[in-house]
Amino acid sequence: MSEKLEKGLEVLRSEVDSKVHSFFSSCVNCGICAEACLFYTETQDPRYTPIYKTEPLRKLWRNEYSLGGKIRSMLGLSKPLTEADFADWEELVYDGCSMCGRCSMVCPVGVDISGMIFKVKHAMSKAGFSPEGLVGATQRAVDIGSPMGITMKAVMATIKHAEENTGLKIPMDVEGADYMALLSSNEIALYPEYIESLAKIFDHAGVSWTLSSDAYEATNSGLQIGNKTIAGQLVERVVAGAEKLGVKNVISPECGHAYTALRWEGPNFIGRAYPFKVVHIMELLDELLAAGRIKTTGMESEKLTFHDPCSIVRRGGINAQPRNLLNQISDNFVEMADHGNMNWCCGGGGGVSSNERAEELKLTAFNKKKSQIEATGAEAVVTACSNCRMVMEEGVETNEMEVELLGLTEMIAEHLEPRAAS
Amino acid sequence: MIANLIDGPLWYFSLAVFSLGVLWQLVSIIFASRKPDLSVARGAAGPAALKTVFSRFLPHREIRPQVGIQYIAGYLFHLGLFALLFFAAPHVVFLEENLLGFGWTTMPHWAFIVSAQAAFFGLIILWLRRMVNPVSRLISTTDDHVAAILTFVVMLTGCLALLEGFEALRLLHRFTVELWLIYFPFSALMHTFTFIPSRAFTGAWFGRRGVDA
Repeated sequence: MSEKLEKGLEVLRSEVDSKVHSFFSSCVNCGICAEACLFYTETQDPRYTPIYKTEPLRKLWRNEYSLGGKIRSMLGLSKPLTEADFADWEELVYDGCSMCGRCSMVCPVGVDISGMIFKVKHAMSKAGFSPEGLVGATQRAVDIGSPMGITMKAVMATIKHAEENTGLKIPMDVEGADYMALLSSNEIALYPEYIESLAKIFDHAGVSWTLSSDAYEATNSGLQIGNKTIAGQLVERVVAGAEKLGVKNVISPECGHAYTALRWEGPNFIGRAYPFKVVHIMELLDELLAAGRIKTTGMESEKLTFHDPCSIVRRGGINAQPRNLLNQISDNFVEMADHGNMNWCCGGGGGVSSNERAEELKLTAFNKKKSQIEATGAEAVVTACSNCRMVMEEGVETNEMEVELLGLTEMIAEHLEPRAAS
Repeated sequence: MIANLIDGPLWYFSLAVFSLGVLWQLVSIIFASRKPDLSVARGAAGPAALKTVFSRFLPHREIRPQVGIQYIAGYLFHLGLFALLFFAAPHVVFLEENLLGFGWTTMPHWAFIVSAQAAFFGLIILWLRRMVNPVSRLISTTDDHVAAILTFVVMLTGCLALLEGFEALRLLHRFTVELWLIYFPFSALMHTFTFIPSRAFTGAWFGRRGVDA
């Protein structure tokens, strides 16, 4: 048995818990989950059926943990999990799954299929069955601090520009601040207006906040590749940064998986609860709006629709907040046909957008979002995840669609009521 | 000789395998490791778990057009089967005399016919789909087919036994039931019980996050 296979089996075995027992002993292979998966609906390739993607874990469970499998194994009738199985399934779990979790919403027997796929990814990454693009991004995150290789110097340059553009001082390493904001690589490299927007909004609302030079990166490549150990290391950096400054809250930026990594999985990755609260920027803006600390002016008249980032809405529970905010600044906001908890993914979640090999499949999967957007007749799509925004911008460009992509935080900043001259 | 075996030792053996096997599977779920979730919950897990146990009886609105036939066939099969199992006159009499010591109102003959037709129709549709649909064909296992065939044979022999009234058919039906009971804990038939913790786990997971699943 090769070392890789041995490692893969060892990690898969460590992932077998109560849920695995109940899920796999319940599944009747009905295939209904396929209809919830955009990689299946847009390709019609049955290999992208979500439950099929769990096969390495399921096969191991069947052979070693199920009653029938134990007997079959004793009689020498079972087919063991092989290195070829890991190699064959790598493409399915990394290229053909955005971890959107829509399959987990529709399973008649309640299998959390995407949760099981994550377990498979965890074993794959530990055993060395992961795509190069993601491995590289993860390595950069560990070595440099950012999957895109963005250094603190680059962050400082972006901050300097933001300060020049806004005329506001962006606080760095302020001890005892109420909020410590994190940024995603995309926001530093592609959408620096997010940082400017934070500065404007927090100045307007009188929020005590800071950035940290030790912990500025929210993106978590460990989660994307499925490696809990690395994901924990990256979360630990943020936790250490927040603890050093003694902040009360950490703000997760417009990035879906970063929110999942920090808010929901982080404490489990590092094995302890945080001494601070994690809030998503949408939650905070909605709270500030409700408290009357954000006052907006003017309404967008162009037809807008909202793309629900899966990790923030379906797997994060932030559904009403972005809608409250949008309705505050738009009188022409329309919902897509399937929205909220049953939204369709942009196609680039779960590390797919960082996996160059999956580029073509990602664009094929985007066809679902394309048809959704076109059905609304919207002139602009607003979202609250920079990764979704980047993936959709690419899809819009490729398909020559006449639609603009917008970040919700920036829109709120643009509609802030000017302060009365003192 | 064979009749004595089927009505006697084999019946008790199949009941024992079924009971112990199901118990073993359920105990495996209850006592397997389960790590506590250290994140701060947004919603209550318990009520969400309970809700999901029931809400998954219906498909989400968003996928109804694609899965409607499967759900209808599934309901026809399961409801028909449960009606036959618990309300067919011979079953009620058997349970009263051999297991429970009390009985209940049995279904009239016409209801038996309707239930049997619904169960057969539903099972055949689901089975055909399993063999014809590319997704189902890819993911189906030998176990899925064995479970379907065994259930079909149990229903068929049961209907023949009731309608024809031959002792040989009754014995054949009982024999197939015994095979079905022995096969049950080793197969996907276990979903009869395990769908409840499965739905509850997922409902609780989403519920903690404040998501209505």
